[in-house]
Amino acid sequence: MDGWIQVILYFALLLVCAKPLGLYIAKVMDGEQTWLTPILGWLEKLTYRLIGTKPEQEQSWKSYAVSILLFNLIGALVVYGIQRLQGVLPINPSQLASISPDSSLNTAISFATNTNWQGYGGESTMSTLTQMFALGVQNFLSAATGIAVLVALIRGLRGKETTKLGNAWADLTRSVLYVLLPLSILLSIALVSQGVVQTFNDPAKAQLVQATTDSDGNSVTQQTIPLGPVASQVAIKQLGTNGGGYYNTNSAHPIENPTPLSNLLQCLAILLIPAALCITFGQMVKDRRQGWALLAAMTFLLAAFTIPTIFAEQSGNPAFTHAGLSSTANWEGKEARFGIASSALWATATTAASNGSVNSMHDSYTPLGGLMPMILMQLGEVVFGGVGSGLYGMLIFAIMAVFVSGLMVGRTPEYLGKKIEPFEMKMASLVILIPCCLVLLATAISLVVGAGQSSMSNPGAHGFSQLLYNYSSMGNNNGSAFAGFSANVPFHNLLGGVVMWLSRFWLIIPVLAIAGSLGRKKLVPSSSGTLPTHTPLFIGLLCSVVLIVGALTFIPALALGPIVEHLQMGGTR
Amino acid sequence: MKELSTALRLFVVMSILTGIVYPLLVTGLAQSLFNRQANGSLITIHGQVAGSDLVGQQFDDPSYFWSRPSATSPFAYNAAASSGSNLGPTNPSLVGGKDGEGQPISGSIADRVSALKAADPAHSGSVPTDLATASGSGLDPHISIAAAEYQIARVAKARGIDEAQVQSLVQRATTPRQIGILGEPVVNVLLLNLSLNQLSK
Repeated sequence: MDGWIQVILYFALLLVCAKPLGLYIAKVMDGEQTWLTPILGWLEKLTYRLIGTKPEQEQSWKSYAVSILLFNLIGALVVYGIQRLQGVLPINPSQLASISPDSSLNTAISFATNTNWQGYGGESTMSTLTQMFALGVQNFLSAATGIAVLVALIRGLRGKETTKLGNAWADLTRSVLYVLLPLSILLSIALVSQGVVQTFNDPAKAQLVQATTDSDGNSVTQQTIPLGPVASQVAIKQLGTNGGGYYNTNSAHPIENPTPLSNLLQCLAILLIPAALCITFGQMVKDRRQGWALLAAMTFLLAAFTIPTIFAEQSGNPAFTHAGLSSTANWEGKEARFGIASSALWATATTAASNGSVNSMHDSYTPLGGLMPMILMQLGEVVFGGVGSGLYGMLIFAIMAVFVSGLMVGRTPEYLGKKIEPFEMKMASLVILIPCCLVLLATAISLVVGAGQSSMSNPGAHGFSQLLYNYSSMGNNNGSAFAGFSANVPFHNLLGGVVMWLSRFWLIIPVLAIAGSLGRKKLVPSSSGTLPTHTPLFIGLLCSVVLIVGALTFIPALALGPIVEHLQMGGTR
Repeated sequence: MKELSTALRLFVVMSILTGIVYPLLVTGLAQSLFNRQANGSLITIHGQVAGSDLVGQQFDDPSYFWSRPSATSPFAYNAAASSGSNLGPTNPSLVGGKDGEGQPISGSIADRVSALKAADPAHSGSVPTDLATASGSGLDPHISIAAAEYQIARVAKARGIDEAQVQSLVQRATTPRQIGILGEPVVNVLLLNLSLNQLSK
């Protein structure tokens, strides 16, 4: 019961916070004055002067796309370079070596694409400098990229016969300065108050109260506790829907997420900006109901997946009581301080958003409990999704939904007064199909060449679930994992790198193309034949399209993994 | 080419801002506002660091309360390499049947249950689930109240002290739900064991 109260509290807080933040972001992205302008305005102007641009210099969709791609390419190359040189660079208190080429490439793409898939263990691989200056920077920039592309799409939707989608450099700058940085500073300090560390000290060395022995039988009397600027990184990891943890076990680690309150704040931060951007969208197209409709669809879908996940984990594993335990509740891989409901809620929130941070080990979830996060990723990361990217994905589904309903009544479909024509539908199909193809093809290729099987750490159907989960995660830029899978091998590092890159930038290009095409169209006044897109009917239609596309694509694969495993587990009763 | 130079310059500006200024600013604020937390909530006894409030340690002596099983390697509660077990629900190594020699599979739930029973043969009740399942981080500092109560009789006997005395120490090491509703009520094992050691001095 207490668990459910926490879930209700979470949803209430999320919806309450979304509105003011969303309206604020709309002002920021339209270049209006806000209460932060007097404090940060000089920095914004200085940035424009240093880079030689003016926010009034608007770009066409092609020019906007080139800017975004170049900017992200530079980011990926720099992250690659820093990892390769880590061993000789400063601020490396644990004296960690440089990282292999394939792992560096995978991580560079992972952080540039907002996936934040981690093939490595943070505390034992990445120096403080790499964490802060390579990965931390990308946490901001990849999120800013998502907001920029979203805002360009909105400008296309609301534009009247224009080719201008705004200035990419200004959009990136404003997202970081006025949205991501202030929120991150506030959240960091709140997290430190709960015990998340923020220091440049060397790792702490503790004398163990009771000595223990390692697997070779040697006596161990000391515990080394790596420290670092963790809070600042964790704050943006959640707010930017990045998800890359400072430590290997991410927000399950008691220093990365020490208390139930830090857990609530982090879990809220995961969905905060994606939820707020729905309101931003409604405000920017001057019809707030449109934003609320999308937010309602997302909230409904998230709740529909969260509730069964909590039930599955609470009812747990029937084998537990046979082995002499007091209950079947699935505590394996979960932290005592959070409890089962908060862990399961996080699992669905982090996979609904393309966040991918975890506060429990998804690999040890019950088959159905693990199935829900997997489907949420496979739906294309549009249920909240990544910062910016979730909403532009959902808008593509909205276009798909008006198209489907247009087919049913035989009218040219319209969305927000813009006619949806073959070009938009071709691009929308690409956005929806590319991640599906990437996930299924990468899974299939891994199996055919044997690299899939050799990385599985669990036998039977669960092994296949691990593989499918991990490519679902990379192919939708999520970043969470069934972490027993040995992903840090050259094959998966390289294939995963390709998958993550394509699923990010092959979507951004068609999305911007749609923005450009819609912007050039004139607005048609709505008539009695226009399908209103803010009604419960449309919300239901939108949810159905999202679910049907996902289900048709993935149920056959899911049947081989979690569904079979569920039947096997039931059979042991 | 102008695009490339703009992109490069924006990248440099943003890297300085988010990669240097931001973490240093937060460090400055954190160190001055919440000094102990910012440095790892370390516990110092006689000038020596004995651990952190937040990071669990391995205990298997009957006179100490045991933490949850930890899947870190090469030894349990290795804070330098956090890890869960990542065992799937149908993996035989999770619950554990008998291996070739009729012993429970090492590290499995069955193995843990038999170790707990061996340490306290008089106890006939079932084992609280969290006390026999590995945590997500492998560093969980807490156990449930039920898991602490399960061990009170054993610890009291091993130390030759009154159960009521141990019970009151457990209560002192218990954290209720935060602001009344968040999370689960839990017992910090390291703090509890340190208070036991204080008692015997």
